[in-house]
Amino acid sequence: MNHWLTILTLVPFLGGIIIAGLGAERKNLVRSLALATCLVGLGGALCMWLHFDPKSGGLQFVEKFDWVPSLGIQYFLGVDGLGLLMVLLTAIVTPLAILASWRMDDRPHVYHALILWLQAGLFGTFTALNFFHWFLFWELGLIPAFFLIKLWGGPKRGPAATQFFIYTMVGSVALLLSFLAIRLATGSFDFIELAAMAKSGVLIAKLQVAFGWKNIGLIIFFGAFLGFEVKVPLIPFHTWLPAAYSEAPSPVTMLLTGVMSKMGVYGFLRILLPIFPDQIRAVLTPLLWLAVATIVLSACAAFAQKDIKRMIAYSSINHLGYCLLALFAATAVATGVNNSDLQKAAALDGALLQMFNHGLTASALFLFVALLEKRSGGLRGLDDFGGLRKIIPVFTGLMGISIFSSLGLPGLNGFVGEFLIFKGVFPLAPWAAAISTIGLLVTAIFLLTLIQRVFCGPLNERWAKMSDLTTAERFLVLPSIVLMFVLGIWPQFILGAVDATVMKLVQQLNF
Amino acid sequence: MNPVNYLQILQLAAPETIVTLTVLVVLGADVTVLRGKSIAARFNVGALLSILGCVSAALLAFTRHTEANLFNGLLVVSPSSDFVKVALLALTIFTILISTSSKFTDHVGEYLSLILLGTIGLMFLVSTEDLLMVFIALEFASLALYILTAFNKHNEKSAEAALKYFLFGGMSAAFLLFGFSLLYGISGSTNLREIAIGIAGKGFDPLLLVALVTTVIGFGFKVAAVPFHLWAPDAYEGAPTPSAAFIGSGSKVASFYILAKIFTLGFVGVEGSAVWHGYLSGWTPVIAIVAALSMVLGNLTAIVQSSAKRMLAYSAIAHAGYMLLGVLSNTPASASAMMFYVITYALTTIGAFGVVAVVEEATGGDAIKNFAGLSKRAPGLSLCLMIFLLSLGGIPPLAGFIGKFFLFSAVVSFGENLGLLWLVILAIAMSAVSFYYYLRVLKAAYVEDAVADAPAIKVPLLTFLALVLLALLVILLGCAPGLLTQFL
Amino acid sequence: MLAWTIYITFFGVLVLMLLPRDNARAARIVALLTAIAACVVAFVGAIQQTNPGDVTTIVKVPWIPSIGANYYLAADGISLVLVVLTGLAAVSGILFSWNIEKRTKEFFAFYLALIGGVYGVFLSFDVLLLFVFYELTIIPKYFLIARWGSTRKEYGAMKLALYSFVGSHLVLIGLIAAWVVARGQLGHASLDLIELSKVAFPIAFQHWVFPLVFVGFAILAGMWPFHTWAPTGHVAAPTAGSMLLAGVVMKLGAYGCLRVAMVMFPEGVRMWQGEIACLAVAGIVYGAGVALVQRDFKFVIGYSSVSHMGFVLLGLATLNTIGLDGAVLQMFSHGIIAGLLFGVVGRMVYDRTHTRDFNDLETMQLGKLIPFAGVTFVIAGIASMGLPGFSGFVAEFQVLMGAWAVFPKLTILSGVGILIGVAYTLRAMQKGFYSDAPPKPADHAHPMEPISMPERFGAVMLIGASLVIGLFPGLLMNWIEPCFNSPLSMFARLLVKGGSQ
Repeated sequence: MNHWLTILTLVPFLGGIIIAGLGAERKNLVRSLALATCLVGLGGALCMWLHFDPKSGGLQFVEKFDWVPSLGIQYFLGVDGLGLLMVLLTAIVTPLAILASWRMDDRPHVYHALILWLQAGLFGTFTALNFFHWFLFWELGLIPAFFLIKLWGGPKRGPAATQFFIYTMVGSVALLLSFLAIRLATGSFDFIELAAMAKSGVLIAKLQVAFGWKNIGLIIFFGAFLGFEVKVPLIPFHTWLPAAYSEAPSPVTMLLTGVMSKMGVYGFLRILLPIFPDQIRAVLTPLLWLAVATIVLSACAAFAQKDIKRMIAYSSINHLGYCLLALFAATAVATGVNNSDLQKAAALDGALLQMFNHGLTASALFLFVALLEKRSGGLRGLDDFGGLRKIIPVFTGLMGISIFSSLGLPGLNGFVGEFLIFKGVFPLAPWAAAISTIGLLVTAIFLLTLIQRVFCGPLNERWAKMSDLTTAERFLVLPSIVLMFVLGIWPQFILGAVDATVMKLVQQLNF
Repeated sequence: MNPVNYLQILQLAAPETIVTLTVLVVLGADVTVLRGKSIAARFNVGALLSILGCVSAALLAFTRHTEANLFNGLLVVSPSSDFVKVALLALTIFTILISTSSKFTDHVGEYLSLILLGTIGLMFLVSTEDLLMVFIALEFASLALYILTAFNKHNEKSAEAALKYFLFGGMSAAFLLFGFSLLYGISGSTNLREIAIGIAGKGFDPLLLVALVTTVIGFGFKVAAVPFHLWAPDAYEGAPTPSAAFIGSGSKVASFYILAKIFTLGFVGVEGSAVWHGYLSGWTPVIAIVAALSMVLGNLTAIVQSSAKRMLAYSAIAHAGYMLLGVLSNTPASASAMMFYVITYALTTIGAFGVVAVVEEATGGDAIKNFAGLSKRAPGLSLCLMIFLLSLGGIPPLAGFIGKFFLFSAVVSFGENLGLLWLVILAIAMSAVSFYYYLRVLKAAYVEDAVADAPAIKVPLLTFLALVLLALLVILLGCAPGLLTQFL
Repeated sequence: MLAWTIYITFFGVLVLMLLPRDNARAARIVALLTAIAACVVAFVGAIQQTNPGDVTTIVKVPWIPSIGANYYLAADGISLVLVVLTGLAAVSGILFSWNIEKRTKEFFAFYLALIGGVYGVFLSFDVLLLFVFYELTIIPKYFLIARWGSTRKEYGAMKLALYSFVGSHLVLIGLIAAWVVARGQLGHASLDLIELSKVAFPIAFQHWVFPLVFVGFAILAGMWPFHTWAPTGHVAAPTAGSMLLAGVVMKLGAYGCLRVAMVMFPEGVRMWQGEIACLAVAGIVYGAGVALVQRDFKFVIGYSSVSHMGFVLLGLATLNTIGLDGAVLQMFSHGIIAGLLFGVVGRMVYDRTHTRDFNDLETMQLGKLIPFAGVTFVIAGIASMGLPGFSGFVAEFQVLMGAWAVFPKLTILSGVGILIGVAYTLRAMQKGFYSDAPPKPADHAHPMEPISMPERFGAVMLIGASLVIGLFPGLLMNWIEPCFNSPLSMFARLLVKGGSQ
């Protein structure tokens, strides 16, 4: 039996413990060790990518042991295209975050240990396939995130961290209760088994037998839905996000937006969609409305922001809204649509791609914000700057690329995902797609406004002496920029691996 | 006229005779040989002599296994009554031991002999089945107790207490006699068994009812049950502490034994029933009411006491209530449970009063606040105090708990369909209440700090010995009650 | 072998009493060695049990034949779990009390007497013997709090002692009544739990006896609304006292509910199942809610104990295997976690800062001054919140699963309780250690005493236990489950008709 995934998760965990024990004095050792650990993780992820068989849509690198048999708990790991994609994303963003925090001086040993533990939690979440095992890592990721915000954040970090934690816990508890009910009825915690049961209709039957309520399926679904919705987030449970993202130190925000937010979407894809397709279908219209509202309203909110970080935070909500739009639409019963399977596959492909790309782009954006803050001494208001492109042209150029990627300019990675999503959703839920394009429009507006206010226009004398990107920094942002281009021109790089998985998922949804 | 075989009487009443001789020896020694010696020396020697006498009497009673019935129940000897005598003698020994360090009197010989005389009276009380003898023995013992109460000539409270005790006692004796005479009138005999035959089949004669009530009054006074308890708090508080110990121990043991005998042997057929929702006229409901009142009043009033001796007095009233429950359910199991309870209670009481005596001597008073810091000033003494008070409160594994368990289970078993459970519930509830006031004293001893620079208390040796022995007995009987119950 | 836990502990009490008065060091060492010895015996004895589903007799000799009482010590899987818990709690409690200077030997004498009584309860299979050990624990509890406690110690101690006493007397009434009825049915007097568990008490009888006995025990378990002694008592107690009280003594009550009340009166339980569940959930939510608004750090933990014990009672009320499993596991888990929480708040914080008021603690920046305490509290808080990875999660998880089958609406309400739990833990964490309030000018400029080795040991021990069971719950589940699964077990009557699984 191979143990790739276990090792992958264990390495950052142990690394974190060692680093925490090193003490506050040996800062450079701490940072180097943290970086090394991440790079090992990255190496491992890439190796797995290479060994991954793109033609099979099923699970690979599976590890399955009995853990507590009487409670149906198994140690069950495995990745398919979706999981591997997420693992790769995590492996890429984390080293970037650590590099971005290189100059951080306040208790670096604890800081880096927390980041590594967060990474371990993320790896675990994306690879676990038994509810107990999965939930363990889901919750485990919360604690480091909480402390990272609480101890190193901005002025309003206390309330932001608490709100973040509590919101997520509310969702988690609902999720837990739902799955306990499922286990009670079906005797299983295994996601794969449960998906099979859902497809054959056995799941609902068993739930009804166990509880005797007609709408029990819907209720359980809502519980689980709540858990993931809070994490994505979807309106109206999104209020924790702007505060958390803006108060957290920027490198942490890179992780939060880059990877943690994907946990929610991953949950939808891995758990909610396969196990509750009928329920989603039953409440499809309200859900679509939710997705649309998320897309449009968050874009409008971003437009109204004066703090760059908050603006990008709202923009994150917006981008992930597209993923959910695709997801919900994929469950639609598309009568009169030929090749509905293909449309659904397109939508889901787009969603996956969007997840990866947004992770990359958003973390890059926040990286730039971090670099800007460093130069401006912490200021990051929209009106604080002006005409910077005259002084820091390289910075402007590279950040501009990221902004355009976020905007969805063809040729850059952001475009492909959104394109596929709309391509898939239009036939399946035309009105939703139509309204969502408003979101695209507003996004364009505020992002261009960002460029205009910060980089163009008359130079703000205050920053006349601002220094451009150093060589080290250039190397830092280079990987992201390169990937943005590569994935923009050759998305097949990713799609090739995930296609089979997506097709399998669509089969799952068919009935 | 039957010739009276005095030799036979002496033989059967051998224990009593031995004690009588001891009285004479002690008195004699005190006025002759020990004249002019210090009080302590006189006490020690006198105590030694008394104890020797008691021990020999006890050994005799314990080892002879005779059964006899003289003069139609006037003098009845049986192994069970002999065992009670042994218990009485043991209690006397302990009382004498704790009195050896007393400083309230210089009439040492008289004091000790009065205790012994009281014991003799009690011993006769338990070995009779005839009403006349009961009365005589009761009065005999009571006289001794009255005087013992008054023995502290330096304290006017002692005299007041004795007078109260005497007046109450006299009146209740009158009641008792009245009742006895009525019984004689109804049944034609003063022998308990014959009385039973005599009243059988007569139904509920109003005179019988009166006799019943007056008997309850008479004995109720003796054991300090409500509402005949008014003398007790003053008597316990005013009397010199060893006397109070004796009143609270030996006299209770004997009184309950004979009370049970009178009701179970004599008032047969008119028990009635005190079962919940199953009231039937008889002596059972009467005793039930008295018991209930005693438990409630005794415990509740004890809570507000600030003097340790008064608190012990009210607790004695409460415990009398529990013991009456044993009388109520007249089965052999409950009788032995009751005796177990009374005997262990008596042992514990002597111990408690012994500690109080020492504290009183050292601190000049018996208020609960005088116990403050006792655990530091006299750790061994406090430990004994803890054992005694916890046993009274009913904490396992001490004798008090097992006694209560035996008693309550016997009572519940007796009533059909758990009919007497209401009484037991009341008893247990009040027992919980009692825990509070016992704990209060322990709190003072263990938690509060003594007055600044209070010196260590030196406990007199004999007293300490007695207390330790008593404490060990309490623990032993709590863990292995079989040791005692095998004789009951 | 397990009986030696009791004997060793009481022997330790004797040795302590004989030590010279002022030698605190000797007292501590004797106490620690005794506790460790008993703990080791507990572990070894537990591991040696080959068949946890069955009741393994340790010693059974007649004691008071006339009433059917035997000196009967035995153990099944549940006893093992709780005995191990007691061992761990005892050792860690002593470690956290290493700094007691005032009349040390008496402190540890009372402490060990309490522990000995607790071991006795968990190993007794004769009802009278169980009761004797149960009552025995009241007195040491009282003195530990009244003499070495802090806030309103005398009031708190008296309240606790009286509540416990009243509770145990309610039990006594029920027991005596049951004994009489059983005697009628069996033909002979018996106080043997196993025999009594086979007696079919009349339904009408069970209708009133069961609540009496159950409530009597549940008072000590902190069931709402009889829980009011708990917060006062916990706050008043010295650290080790609180650790034992919340960690072990409250479990005595729950154990009594399970082992005595529920086993003897199965129909009675079923009649009152709903009410018990409601009260349990009321405790969960109320305890958490009140903890949320406390100003005194220790009160937060005290009320959190009430809340967590609510889960135990809920699990008991489910009457299905998984709920009962969860209840027993929660007894273990909460015992460890409560010990940890009180250890931090009482020993690490209060003994150094002499205040437990959040308004004062906020200004002290404790997260920076005593980081070990901060981290320990965070870990303890995480465990207390019921996050996975720690024992609390597995236990609550099972209780909730069991409760879903029987009380779905109440289960959702418990979920709310969990959330409030998260809230008050976060609040305590923030205010106690990681507050952003501006520090007061250094009026007590003396640096804080660093966390000592005994404290570290104690904390690590407890964290380790919670973590190990959180990740490998099978270790304990292997002891607990067979007890409920075996059709011949004393719990068989309980589970026959109740719940699925």
